Amino acid sequence: MRANCWMGRNRVEVQDVPDPKILNRRDAIVRITSSAICGSDLHLYDGYVPTMERGDILGHEFMGEVVEVGPGVDNLQLGDRVVVPFPIACGACLQCEAGMYSACENSNPNAGMAEKMWGHATAGIYGYSHLTGGFAGGQAQYARVPFADVGPLKIESDLPDEKVLFLSDILPTGWMGAELCEIKPGDVIAVWGAGPVGQFAIASAYLMGAERVIAIDQYEYRLRMAREKAGAETINFQETSVIETLKEMTAGRGPDACIDAVGMEAKHRVKPLNAYDRVKQAFRLETDRPHALREAVLACRSGGIVSVIGVYGGFVDKFPAGSWMNRSITMKTGQCHVQRYMRPLLAQVERGNIDPSFVVTHRMRLDDTPKGYETFKHKRDDCVKVVLKP
Amino acid sequence: MTSVLSPSTAPSGHRVSPPPGGRSFRGRNVNASPLRGLARGLGVFSLGLGLSQLLSPDELARKAGVDDEPSSRALIRGVGVREVIHAGGLLGTNRLGFWSWTRVAGDVMDLATLGRALQGNRGRRRARTATATAAVAGVTVLDLISAVGNSMAQDEGMGAGGLHLTGAVTVNRPREEVYRFWHRFENLPTFMYHLESVSITGDRRSHWRAAGPLGRSVEWDAEIVDDRPGEYISWHSMPGSGVVNAGSVRFTPAPGGRGTEVRVQLTYVIPGGKLGAAVAKLFGEQPEQQVGDDLRRFKQVMETGEVLRSDGSPAGHSARWQMHQREAQPLPSRV
Ligand SMILES: NC(=O)c1ccc[n+]([C@@H]2O[C@H](COP(=O)([O-])OP(=O)(O)OC[C@H]3O[C@@H](n4cnc5c(N)ncnc54)[C@H](O)[C@@H]3O)[C@@H](O)[C@H]2O)c1
Ligand SMILES: [Zn+2]
Ligand SMILES: [Zn+2]
Repeated sequence: MRANCWMGRNRVEVQDVPDPKILNRRDAIVRITSSAICGSDLHLYDGYVPTMERGDILGHEFMGEVVEVGPGVDNLQLGDRVVVPFPIACGACLQCEAGMYSACENSNPNAGMAEKMWGHATAGIYGYSHLTGGFAGGQAQYARVPFADVGPLKIESDLPDEKVLFLSDILPTGWMGAELCEIKPGDVIAVWGAGPVGQFAIASAYLMGAERVIAIDQYEYRLRMAREKAGAETINFQETSVIETLKEMTAGRGPDACIDAVGMEAKHRVKPLNAYDRVKQAFRLETDRPHALREAVLACRSGGIVSVIGVYGGFVDKFPAGSWMNRSITMKTGQCHVQRYMRPLLAQVERGNIDPSFVVTHRMRLDDTPKGYETFKHKRDDCVKVVLKP
Repeated sequence: MTSVLSPSTAPSGHRVSPPPGGRSFRGRNVNASPLRGLARGLGVFSLGLGLSQLLSPDELARKAGVDDEPSSRALIRGVGVREVIHAGGLLGTNRLGFWSWTRVAGDVMDLATLGRALQGNRGRRRARTATATAAVAGVTVLDLISAVGNSMAQDEGMGAGGLHLTGAVTVNRPREEVYRFWHRFENLPTFMYHLESVSITGDRRSHWRAAGPLGRSVEWDAEIVDDRPGEYISWHSMPGSGVVNAGSVRFTPAPGGRGTEVRVQLTYVIPGGKLGAAVAKLFGEQPEQQVGDDLRRFKQVMETGEVLRSDGSPAGHSARWQMHQREAQPLPSRV
């Protein structure tokens, strides 16, 4: 089959690779009809996530048709149309039972590796380094889906791929980002990052009853989308000081909750501050550049919540622990527990409350994936989300 | 013992006094200690830094503000070699205390070098050097913690003449079921990868075969010594069998319905000669790690029915595989 492979920093190639096979009783093989490139893939592409191997097949947002099932899968039939959640989860461990699917204790064959880095291991994830299991991803024609009796969501209606594909990751992720904010009437929510994840966090915050949602980014075209499609007010951080502006907009209170939808490759308006973290990252003295996270903590009202859905990999420097502690700020975070949200969100999509396809700006053939990565990485051609068709 | 929770303030229905007999716990499993994790983490760090120093010394010289000295490039390459050696020591051996100390020594050298550069530099270059110096100073602290802690831990590691291994895992299944699965010793090779087979030969007797080095297997007979249904099993090798060993497993209910806590102890006596060498290799370079792997696979088998495989780790969870990942691509059909 054809598959998009990680070949080193800033290099992906679409190659011919072997077709996937059933390896475990509860596996299924899916013929992929749509997949997407995620901001998380950029962290791999840019070389900031350790334990990548040359040749790894990327991609964790995909859907398709079931073409083979193992003997332990009794809920799926050949021909079923399914969306696959990005965390691989067994459904039987204590974490899965508690709905914390992305912390599944049984789905990461490289758990020992993850424990060394993170203290405890997390779930396996498709195409997302060997720390999360070394599973081949879904930017390909076929993918093997472990624990297929737990994860995949059957789509029985004839909604087009683009309206349901993002149930695999970014719609639930944006939703969870807002849910972690425990939104109450009158709440003002600030969202760092107006990428696809940020856009869905904004839309979700409104659906949960937020009074105002403020989006922060540097790209005018993304901020425009946040205003026009998701209904946010916006701040361009290249033009003004974010913390001051947020204070002004909330008459000094600060947002009730802040969502970091940027993650480890945040930019900073002030060049030397940007450079400071870049140098430390280059020296591997910190792995992540936490500008958005720092700002979110400092901006949040005392007693508020900082919800972190942007991805971090290792260590950060100059975390404002004093502000966090002294001002009673709660931090909540996690890789999204997608399985928890897929069904209720599918219902929202079916009812027409959300149409997630508004973020799609680029549609490409699988063979053009390398171009997709470049366009998305450099935010060329007003790119927000790339969908790939095998 | 008096309770800090008085009955009037405790939520109703909850226990109002702590259970008697709190105890101090001294972990045995050196492998699982956070300090070991720290040392290994510093190893990974050394590797990354070392490689970038070897591959792009110019860029690093510029970033650290030491790029005007002609000797900088050679110096940085030299430091790169040193870091890679440290990484090898921290990642590839068990002498974490020693290798952490070598890192401390290296940090002191770097601080001295950067200190000289700091005196000579001006302006932005000086700022860059200052940043690098601060960073190295921060890492020195981590190295010191790791060195002191791991040196202490090493002293209590492996006893002379034997391997004494322990491990623990929580399994989200009822205690009786977990006990029953373990009690059928034929099941052990499904998750204990050093075993090839175990067959039941009598009421309490069994025959064990383990994979030794160079395709040679080592075998012994064992018998169950103590068997308390649902709670505890212990066994040892029969007198006269080549490999002298003993093991036990204890099952206790995890609090609040969290399944079953499983605690295992294995002891292998290492004799002299060829047999000793074979037994010593049964558990590879990191014996405690292997027991941890076994228990993780045991948990997977109990909770999900089998050991999960991935493209990078086709044999399922195993520390050895984790060091030599294959790419995350389906295996070719013929293997
Ligand atoms: N938690 C999860 O389960 C999960 C799932 C999917 C994605 N993610 C993460 O969410 C993050 C965003 O993903 P995406 O697909 O939207 O990526 P993206 O690259 O399209 O968007 C990131 C946006 O952040 C903006 N940004 C950079 N620095 C900023 C700053 N200092 N302040 C405000 N905005 C800043 C960028 O301009 C960009 O528009 C990534 O870190 C990704 O890994 C997490
Ligand atoms: Zn994603
Ligand atoms: Zn699980």
